[in-house]
Amino acid sequence: MAKVIRTANKEPFVEKPDDDMIICRCEEITKGEIRKAVYEGMRTMNEVKRFLRSGMGLCQGQTCQKLVQGIIASELKTKPSEVGMITGRAPVRPVDINTFSNNITDVKED
Amino acid sequence: MRISQHPIIEGYNKGKEVTFSLDGKELTGYEGESIAAALKAAGVMVHRYTAKQHKPRGIFCAIGRCTDCVMIVNGEPNVRTCITPLEEGMVIQTQYGVEPKED
Amino acid sequence: MKRHELIIIGAGPAGLSAAIEAKKAGMDVIVFDENQRPGGQLFKQIHKFFGSKEHHAKVRGFRIGQELLKEAEDLGVKVELNSTVMGIYENKEVTVKQFGVVDHYKGDAIIIATGAAENMIPFKGWNVPGVIGAGAAQTMMNIQGVQPGSKILMVGSGNVGLVVSLQLLQAGCEVAAIIDAAPRVGGYGVHAAKVARTGVPLYMSHTVIEAKGTDRVTGAVIAEVDDHFQPIPGTEKELDVDTICIAVGLSPMSQLASNATCEMALIPQKGGNVAICDEHGETSVKGIFCAGDVAGIEEASSAMIQGRSVADYVAKTLGYLTDDEFEEKYEFHQNALGQLRQGMFAPKNKGRNDWTVTDEGFPISKSLLRNGYMTVEELENFPAFNYKKEGIHPVIECTQNIPCNPCQDACKFGCIKVGANITLLPQIDVEKKCTGCGMCVASCSGQAIFLVDDDIGDGYASVAFPYEFLPVPNVGDKGTALNRKGEPVCPAEIIKVQKASVMDKTMVVTMKVKQAFVKDARFYKAD
Repeated sequence: MAKVIRTANKEPFVEKPDDDMIICRCEEITKGEIRKAVYEGMRTMNEVKRFLRSGMGLCQGQTCQKLVQGIIASELKTKPSEVGMITGRAPVRPVDINTFSNNITDVKED
Repeated sequence: MRISQHPIIEGYNKGKEVTFSLDGKELTGYEGESIAAALKAAGVMVHRYTAKQHKPRGIFCAIGRCTDCVMIVNGEPNVRTCITPLEEGMVIQTQYGVEPKED
Repeated sequence: MKRHELIIIGAGPAGLSAAIEAKKAGMDVIVFDENQRPGGQLFKQIHKFFGSKEHHAKVRGFRIGQELLKEAEDLGVKVELNSTVMGIYENKEVTVKQFGVVDHYKGDAIIIATGAAENMIPFKGWNVPGVIGAGAAQTMMNIQGVQPGSKILMVGSGNVGLVVSLQLLQAGCEVAAIIDAAPRVGGYGVHAAKVARTGVPLYMSHTVIEAKGTDRVTGAVIAEVDDHFQPIPGTEKELDVDTICIAVGLSPMSQLASNATCEMALIPQKGGNVAICDEHGETSVKGIFCAGDVAGIEEASSAMIQGRSVADYVAKTLGYLTDDEFEEKYEFHQNALGQLRQGMFAPKNKGRNDWTVTDEGFPISKSLLRNGYMTVEELENFPAFNYKKEGIHPVIECTQNIPCNPCQDACKFGCIKVGANITLLPQIDVEKKCTGCGMCVASCSGQAIFLVDDDIGDGYASVAFPYEFLPVPNVGDKGTALNRKGEPVCPAEIIKVQKASVMDKTMVVTMKVKQAFVKDARFYKAD
């Protein structure tokens, strides 16, 4: 599938010396990958999350959210509040699939 | 190193001494303390190697939030060792990606 | 589906307090906590808290935790441990992971009291084992009894960074330095001064740029930063440390509120992404409330009051408290919160750095903000330091408007007065007689009170200081007196060691020094 390039920026992507620094520790997403995602047109935390999986690992973005937000904002030269925050999704903590399947739903809403 | 005496804390809430294994090597710790604490006291720093870059990771948040300290405990991968209490005879393995051995 | 009138998520200071208050009102309440033990982060706080009596001032955090737990147990509050709330759904339904199953609960009201998560800063090698959060260091040493490292670099000079540094020293670790990218110490000056006088250097306008090592930290490279927080080339310095501890603030752990479709906002004064709450802690989703750090980062003392206040409101809406009963309680809590939310470090003043004088009009110490300790010249602007009195008398080095007043209650002889506004600086009543009991020294959570006698004969003076380290000095021990920066100033001999259960492990140690050094000698090192 062809990648949709949303950027209006005709300039080539400029690499930076700290691009190889890990930002999302769980999914091992680097600063460079996040910058590149923004260059390729991602504009919000949720977009970058779906594009790269940053914040979708075991910790669910507990450690990296603010960092990713800062990088996106700085790339877009905007305020962190402008790029939003990732939506909280259940389960907010890691759950093994075995437990997940033991869902006590037999008693219906009264 | 374990703290043997402390100016404020009178003692730590721990059980009896137990033995467990890390990658087949026998170690001792105290029942009920976190696996991570027992490993730290034994001088172990590396809990796992990451899936993509194969980089070592260890304790980071120590309260079950960051999931960096996960290991294979009794055959189950991704167990947060910082909040899992140590038990007698536990079999603990360094985690490579989610496997007990490097590919 | 199990039903309860009130579901509380998190058994930390806010959640437990809310549960206690709700139970007292007669409500059917259940608390879920994902941890093995309740109390949240309170049990690793081994320092004495600030505030006044009703905020448990001068009581150590873990003892406040014990009291809170006992109160909850006595009332029969139901706390389900090892129970992780995974999500909040429509009509206030929550899913809880408990012992291998996912169970469903429903509440008439939900209080989210999930607390905070630590902020981090990325740098080269920040994922190497040995780079840890400050909270991790506290958990390791204060709960698990294991040193987090032997030589530590602390990154961050907020209260957490300063308090954890002191605790590392108490656990027998070495703290190589405390650094902060900001040009000023972020936490209370008194917390910084406690650490500085032991000889730990504070480097402001510095950041960590690299953790050395592959399998474990073998060193840290720090560098000075410019006005835009960028490292200045050529200022790099390598520190010989095996642990780098990150204490750069907290963020509300608000994912559940977001999951519950509460309207969220990024509010820097509250530390990050929070649900927008009204004055009773109610979010945009009716019946879902937030209390404690998840509603905005503050101290545990405020979280406990907030928890109670929010629970009272829930009790009122569900008919367990009359409007009048509620109003009375609400006013009480707001007053207690108001006292804590004053002064230079109040949430509303977060990020402000333009203070030049205290509320009393005394010039703020620049050295304290830059180096973590005050100069004698700066201290002399403060009347509680700079006054003459024969015989033993308290000398107070408390120079910022922080909410705290135990010193006033500690002195049974009326020497020290703070007044109704607890952020004002303590004043000395020179007419009153000091007996040298040491209670003010031991009760000061900031360890900023000393007892001084300028003339004990033969050209000597005595200085009594608070001491919370091992080994305990003995009368007759000879060593070196250190100044506020931790530098040796003169020989010293221990002439008195006061310990008492009311002092709760803070010893008051008196040393004899030559009169010329009485204004400088503030700490002691055995030879």
